[in-house]
Amino acid sequence: MIREVAIVGVGWSPFRSITPDLSYKEMMYEAAVRAYEDAGIDPRRDVDSFVTVAEDFNEGTSIFDEYVPDQLGALHRPVQTITGDGIHGIAAAVMQILTGQFDVVVVEAHSKASNVLTLPHILAYAMDPVFNRPLAAHPYFIAGMEMRRYLAETGTPLEACAQVVVKNRANALRNPLAGYGADLTIDDVLASEPIAEPLTRLACADHADGAVVMVLASGETARALTDRPIWVRGIGWANDTFWLESRPWGQARYAYLAGQMAYSTAGIKSPRTEIDFAEIDDTFAYKELQHLEALGLCKPGEAGAWTLEGGTELEGEFPVNPSGGSLGEGHLLDCTGLARVLEVVLQLRGEAGPRQIEDAEVGLAFAWRGVPTTSGAAVILSN
Amino acid sequence: MKEHVYETVYLREKDFQEGRVLFETWDPNARYAWDAGIAIGRFLQELKAGRLVGTRCANCGRVMVPPRMFCEHCFVPIDEFVPLEDTGTVITFSLCYVTWDMVRIEEPQIPAVIGIDGASPGMGIMHLLGEVDPKAVKIGMRVAAVWKPPEEREGAITDILYFKPL
Ligand SMILES: [Zn+2]
Repeated sequence: MIREVAIVGVGWSPFRSITPDLSYKEMMYEAAVRAYEDAGIDPRRDVDSFVTVAEDFNEGTSIFDEYVPDQLGALHRPVQTITGDGIHGIAAAVMQILTGQFDVVVVEAHSKASNVLTLPHILAYAMDPVFNRPLAAHPYFIAGMEMRRYLAETGTPLEACAQVVVKNRANALRNPLAGYGADLTIDDVLASEPIAEPLTRLACADHADGAVVMVLASGETARALTDRPIWVRGIGWANDTFWLESRPWGQARYAYLAGQMAYSTAGIKSPRTEIDFAEIDDTFAYKELQHLEALGLCKPGEAGAWTLEGGTELEGEFPVNPSGGSLGEGHLLDCTGLARVLEVVLQLRGEAGPRQIEDAEVGLAFAWRGVPTTSGAAVILSN
Repeated sequence: MKEHVYETVYLREKDFQEGRVLFETWDPNARYAWDAGIAIGRFLQELKAGRLVGTRCANCGRVMVPPRMFCEHCFVPIDEFVPLEDTGTVITFSLCYVTWDMVRIEEPQIPAVIGIDGASPGMGIMHLLGEVDPKAVKIGMRVAAVWKPPEEREGAITDILYFKPL
């Protein structure tokens, strides 16, 4: 990158299935105060620009960017709201800093999923209105179809997908932020009710409310603010075709492309050996395996066996989703990617407590925008 | 130019009714129940009791209504609720001759921002004016809330029916 960029502050409002005690504004404020305190900055004085990530349909308010400045300390300041995942927000902030016009940029995303009474309908509203929506099937069928094709193409056993759930929800037990920690067995996951075969209920992440705020800064400013900046080494994002009728069902090509872009920015040639751990989208259990392969962290078809052997466990050779991922923390809608990045930052700072990975130096966060999308974003961080 | 002018047929209502023009329609099912949280929750509770409440920023001293748990100017937390009067002054208003869904009406609705007594200057409530000749409404006019009867209040901004001249 033409200029150094670091994450110098992180804050959150914890991830829970419901949050009736706080309005979304109060939740954002809580996360923002933590992030600014962490970075040692005053948002009214020190922040040059604010980027928030939100989808109007998830908020229930059109032109949602109107409602974000007050609780972030962004009143009378440059603010933009983008629709996308939190990592798209990080990308926007990085680009602003790379222009040289901004030194400190704040990124925010949140979820009030519990407030959306018709969440499956909102999800279905993302489907093509002419060709797909009139069939009136729950959009999770897309995950079911993709999982079937992925399993068929790679020979991955169902048990490997179930083991992702067992691992991630166990990791979440060591994460006070996570809302869905649990001690499960492979049989529990396989025996749970079918949602869209072969997808079972426990192999789908439940939704959670929560907020994450991050402070990014240019190299010089970052060094002045903190002695433990977390450097953005590479970032990438990509979309595949929206057509359900002709997408590559077995592989996550968007993840491959986003990963390649991030690796090439970071100068990474061999991701498996140059990266120490990863936080990777696991909205559905098979997605973690499919994304691991697409991101080149193992060979196609090997993620399942690797997972069953324990290679991606907290104590394994390459920990994946030490936070618990979306399965363990809860799916945070547009904030999902920032939750992945948050864990990478905490691990690289050595602040992950009972789930701390030893000698973690380089971490990868990857987010997918969920069904029916083929939208992915990756970021590589180092300490 | 003439070679670019073609014989055309305009679309008529009948063409749609008879299915000669194909199009797609969809009615969204989008329903939400927003957590009111601390500030709005308290405000709505007080409305139900027939009272207005604001919050005071300990840093700049502003008394804000509707209440909030942080000051957007100072970016500090707020925890002091302040009782307010249900009277105030018209800050600005409009005479609105269409309903929200653009149906023309003879008697105008009068949306107004009312600076509430006890709150800082410029801090008001967005509501409607009633029991007033539209031609008589002026910036600076003194008004008071007209409340629904207690048993009909539900903790909503509509627990106040409108503001009328004092
Ligand atoms: Zn103040």
